[in-house]
Amino acid sequence: MTALLEITGLTAHYGDFQALFGVDLTLEVGRTVAIIGANGAGKTTLMRAITGVAKVTAGSVLLAGEDVTRAAAPDILMRGIAMVPEGRRLFPSLTVEENLLIGAHARSGNGYWTLEKVQRLFPILKERARSPGTALSGGQQQMVAIGRALMSNPRVLLCDELSLGLAPVVIKEIYAAFPQIKESGTSIIVVEQDIGQALRVADHVHCMMEGRITLSGRPADLSREAIHDAYFGVSHA
Amino acid sequence: MILVDTLAQGLLLGGLYALFAAGLSLVFGIMRLVNLAHGDLIILGAYLILTITSATGLHPFVAVFLAAPAMFALGWLLQTHLLNRVLGTDILPPLLVTFGLSVVIQNALLEGFTADSQKLTAGPIEAQAMHIGPVTLGVMPVLTFASAVAVIFVLNQIFYRTALGRAFRATSDDAVTAQLMGIRPQRVFAMATGLALVVATIAALYLGTRANFDPSIGPARLLYAFEAVIIGGLGSLWGTLAGGIVIGVAQAVGASINPEWQILSGHIAFVIVLLLRPRGLFPRAND
Repeated sequence: MTALLEITGLTAHYGDFQALFGVDLTLEVGRTVAIIGANGAGKTTLMRAITGVAKVTAGSVLLAGEDVTRAAAPDILMRGIAMVPEGRRLFPSLTVEENLLIGAHARSGNGYWTLEKVQRLFPILKERARSPGTALSGGQQQMVAIGRALMSNPRVLLCDELSLGLAPVVIKEIYAAFPQIKESGTSIIVVEQDIGQALRVADHVHCMMEGRITLSGRPADLSREAIHDAYFGVSHA
Repeated sequence: MILVDTLAQGLLLGGLYALFAAGLSLVFGIMRLVNLAHGDLIILGAYLILTITSATGLHPFVAVFLAAPAMFALGWLLQTHLLNRVLGTDILPPLLVTFGLSVVIQNALLEGFTADSQKLTAGPIEAQAMHIGPVTLGVMPVLTFASAVAVIFVLNQIFYRTALGRAFRATSDDAVTAQLMGIRPQRVFAMATGLALVVATIAALYLGTRANFDPSIGPARLLYAFEAVIIGGLGSLWGTLAGGIVIGVAQAVGASINPEWQILSGHIAFVIVLLLRPRGLFPRAND
């Protein structure tokens, strides 16, 4: 397997506070990696550091062997890393359809995902195409945010806290789209607080605590106890 | 009958104020920047048209097509090299910088063109009039108003019907998330200021053909523009046209009572609207 995204020794700050301490992470083509951890573990900062929003102080991010560390956010999007940000962050002045179209602002053209395909993935987005993006329910807004990121036809899709604040049935509906996203050739990193959901969707799981990865492995190889301990910081040493 | 005539003249005058204001409104709507040099940039545009007409003998209505791209480039450079550096969470630096820019432009024009009054000559069209029912309307004021409507219509189409407009609105909503879409806010802002100066050039054409101008009159134009934007509601382009009309009609009505009251009446109308509708006539829902 070739590494599509290779993160080595990544260190980053959230304001003055050091939020990442030398994180190593590899994402292989066609795979889904989940990052779990409690609030403040550094998951979101990791996503922001990869996409060029947070400042990286040390380490490197390679995308298909190409160094994208410290590149500006728009350049990283152009190279093929798109993000579904925490809290969805739809543009209130734009309709649902416009929110989707703006995802293709810089990387339009060739690729699997088109407006039609995104609307077929989440049919509600076609029904509500003319509504303001922020007039939708939380789950529907999350679908817009995912569709918006897909519109750039990314090689890597980063999803930050998709399930936050959503009802279990809605979370299930959103994750039901993942097989098709994977089929389109996009590799995925999901950040989740919902451990069960993360284990179901991922090929590989990393648990983060206090800015470090404390546990890694395939879901099948990780015991509930080990994950529980890594998540809550219990040490058996 | 005199009242109808007064209202018609005021309406048309409002078109000129809307042209002054449209660029200001556009820039404010996108980057929350109040460009205090906007009036002086309009005067700069008028001098640019004047320079082109005297150098080439072209009619001002033709010269504006040469001046507009130059002003677009100026706006682009101004934004990328100066204004983008001071835009941020603090609203004071851009105000100070554009205030300084206003002083610089006025003094540069004074150096280059002296304090003498100038005028753009458009020929016989300046004196032509048309009769519509009981009212007689000057061709130039009608053209001014029609241009204002056209400019605001086109800006609205750009804003709501094009990819550039989507980028304008998205950046205005949330610049950080816009970058995650591959949008470069600084370029979007440069585009907006460039467009604003194209509109300022059109305003300059009518300002210069309808009345005399000299390097010192920019700040007063800024004041009318600013009032029109506020009356209309920050960020609303059609509101800006309405705001211009409110000031124009108020001035015409004031002048019909007593010529000395023209300017004052416009300002009073502004204060009254602010008292009754502090967010303007057509405020944007998500501000």
